[in-house]
Amino acid sequence: MATNAPILEMRNIVKEFPGVKALKDVTFSVARGEIHCLVGENGAGKSTLMKVLSGVYPYGDYSGDILVDGEVQKFRSIRDSEHKGIAIIYQELALVPDMTVYENIFLGNEIRNGALVNWNETIKRAGEMLAKVGLNVNPAAKIRDLGVGKQQLVEIAKALSRDVKLLILDEPTAALNENDSANLLELMRELRNQGVTCILISHKLKEVISVADSVTVLRDGQTICTLDAHKGEVSEGALIKYMVGREIENIYPRRDNKQFGDVMLETKGWNAYDPALGRPVLRDVNFNVRRGEIIGLAGLMGSGRTELAMSIFGNPTHYQLTGDLLMQGQKRNFHNPKDAIEAGIAYVTEDRKGNGLVLIQDVKKNITLANLEAIAKRSVIDNNAEVKVSNEYKTSMNIKTPSVEQRVSNLSGGNQQKVCLSKWLFAEPKVLILDEPTRGIDVGAKFEIYTLMNRLVEQGMSIIMISSELPEVLGMSDRVYIVSSGRVTGELPIEEATQEKIMQLATN
Amino acid sequence: MSTQNAQNVLQPASFMQNLQRVLRQNIREYGMFIALFAIMVFFASTTNGVFVSARNISNLINQTGYIAVLAIGMTLVIVIRHVDLSVGFLAGFLGAIAAIALVQWGLPTIVVIPLVLALGVVAGLITAFPVAKLGIPSFVASLAGWLIYRGALQLVTESTGTIIIPDAAFNAIGNDFIPDIPGLGAWEGIHKLTLVLGIVAIVLFIRSEISNRRKKMAYNFDVLPFDIFVLKLVFISVIVAAITWVLASYQGLSWTMAIMLLVTGIYHFITTQTVLGRHIYAVGGNPEAAELSGISVQRITYLVFGSMGLLSALSGILFASRLKSATTTAGTLFELDAIAAAYVGGVSAAGGVGKVTGSIIGALVMTSLTSGMNLMGVGIAYQYIVRGAVLAAAVIFDVYTRRARS
Repeated sequence: MATNAPILEMRNIVKEFPGVKALKDVTFSVARGEIHCLVGENGAGKSTLMKVLSGVYPYGDYSGDILVDGEVQKFRSIRDSEHKGIAIIYQELALVPDMTVYENIFLGNEIRNGALVNWNETIKRAGEMLAKVGLNVNPAAKIRDLGVGKQQLVEIAKALSRDVKLLILDEPTAALNENDSANLLELMRELRNQGVTCILISHKLKEVISVADSVTVLRDGQTICTLDAHKGEVSEGALIKYMVGREIENIYPRRDNKQFGDVMLETKGWNAYDPALGRPVLRDVNFNVRRGEIIGLAGLMGSGRTELAMSIFGNPTHYQLTGDLLMQGQKRNFHNPKDAIEAGIAYVTEDRKGNGLVLIQDVKKNITLANLEAIAKRSVIDNNAEVKVSNEYKTSMNIKTPSVEQRVSNLSGGNQQKVCLSKWLFAEPKVLILDEPTRGIDVGAKFEIYTLMNRLVEQGMSIIMISSELPEVLGMSDRVYIVSSGRVTGELPIEEATQEKIMQLATN
Repeated sequence: MSTQNAQNVLQPASFMQNLQRVLRQNIREYGMFIALFAIMVFFASTTNGVFVSARNISNLINQTGYIAVLAIGMTLVIVIRHVDLSVGFLAGFLGAIAAIALVQWGLPTIVVIPLVLALGVVAGLITAFPVAKLGIPSFVASLAGWLIYRGALQLVTESTGTIIIPDAAFNAIGNDFIPDIPGLGAWEGIHKLTLVLGIVAIVLFIRSEISNRRKKMAYNFDVLPFDIFVLKLVFISVIVAAITWVLASYQGLSWTMAIMLLVTGIYHFITTQTVLGRHIYAVGGNPEAAELSGISVQRITYLVFGSMGLLSALSGILFASRLKSATTTAGTLFELDAIAAAYVGGVSAAGGVGKVTGSIIGALVMTSLTSGMNLMGVGIAYQYIVRGAVLAAAVIFDVYTRRARS
């Protein structure tokens, strides 16, 4: 297929930020009609590269050449790159939640009759675009009412409506469950067969292997290599080796010394009713976690795992709760997260940017936020103690930041997650709830987080890990609960747990 | 000072290099001071020095008082992503209540002031209720308050018109100066107590800076290079000394200034040094993350609006005292002046960013413009346009430097 000039070539791209060279020398070539995957650790420069390509960083802000169809391009804005048929779909979706599907698809590209919008034609064309991406929803539905997976497809439909030639997907499956992910990958293959070239940025190597025609690996702002899948060069081991520059034998570090103590946290007949939704979100949930144990909460997106965590963690979402919550055998009733924190529970949320971190504040203020009293005397903060404590976490957690006074928004995803973890470890919990702890994080940082989890449980902590990645659930848990439609549909000791069994119970 | 502004003391660098670097890194923080300084120099030259005369400076600060205290409260309200439009007429209304309490009920000043301040807190909490409990946008909730307090002000002053306040103690707050040390005959025309207070302030400032530096070095943290540190101490001490001298050679420190300094000091301390302050900024930066970190967003909202009510009451007292009367239009547009002062002082509309001291400087910038242009004889129409342009320029500068940094 790829006989003529490549659809895209980026040559010797260098992009500097004040104090950092984000891209040192990246050369990247994509053949027409292929699925080209771009992989690399967080901070390797993938997102920066795509921002250079799309014109977010305009011509002149970087050095090197961008060639589309063999012609040098000087993109000054996203509009310029869109005119050349390049569309990027970011991890954070750019849809207007309160607008309809058809309004969103043609947003900024309205079908007009003079100054007026031709709504009938818009709705008809939107329907055609939706059919193309295999999404069966009413074009008049509001985006807000669709799940993340469907929203993603609307984004793709939006790109297709603009005659996209080169579609770039940045971590498209990070928020999707297995089913939706599989559908999306299938759609990519179909689009390729229709002649659309795709660039896929993903941390999920299994996906990359299943879908890629070729893979380019970036590390530290440099192109490491480009591998051809049709020559059998792409394997998980090879990718990891090139990404981290060393071989990681086992992504899930072993824990030999397993000793479980008394039950730390337990729910009995736990029900939650969401008055906003007008329906129950948890029904008769019974589960427990022991001292020194990691339990995995597996299930599909929206199955009730996050709701369970919230309902335990002081119920900030204001469900109506019934049933018993026991901490170390004692019945407890937390009125707010503060009560739960004081009782020794910590909750690292799945959405670190949305409700985990205060992005505009620096690393130290985020780390100490949940336990300020520990560095304060009579409510007056000791600023020096704060810097000292934060520097200790910076070292022990290997947070890559020039200083603890760096704003968290400037950190990469993996380092942001380490700040989140530091914050909750500083609160000295007995039970740590981790909600999708490694979402959107590169292999190296993942390994560090897994190692940390093992160390914590060895020290006697209890961990409840919510995860949509089955290999992670199987690799890290001592016991697995499967949640489906607000119920616990199964409990498996790790020895008996397999991907098939979990999926079967999760779709029950 | 935070350590991010400094490099290791051991690093050899010339004095000028150090100075340039420190200035560049802190351009946003020092920008407002530089702007204020430039404005003062400009008006000093266009008014043949009248602008910087002791009398005018003293007047200028006194005029800033009632807006400055509102700006402090408004800073925190904007930091937690809200706004309070009701504060102007609330101040006017509570000023009228103070006048009525003094004149018609015959209560003494010592009773009236705490009473009015308490009413202010209650009013603030009432505004907070729909915002914190029901999730009503504060713009709407406080707009309702704006209408209600405007009506209430007219209602209580309708029958009497302007209420003249004959109480000397009450009127002293807005017009008089702190007493001098009695029995010191020497130095005629110099306010000795003001001088003493100024010197004490400088000594305390230097002592706390030195002890901070020592503590940081004990922790092995980065500190300012020694020459820059000395320069900073000298620079700030000279400014404080100069202001003290100017005030002392007129009539000394006024009660209004003393109150302003006290309120600024308390709020600066709370916002920068305490757990409560940290909680307020966390709620402003990300309310969901704050809630999940064990901070009650509702409680913070009540506290911040309650403090806004308290400061509205104080503003009303200062204004009524300054005019020695309560009028039917007192407080008109105060809220917008306070919001403008906060924005000029570097508060971010997105929440979570903004300093109390910045807003005070912002208020001083805005009053300086009015005062200077009045002295120059610039028409009121042009004054509004100039002030609007300065507000826009300040916010553009702020956004620009913020972007350059990140």
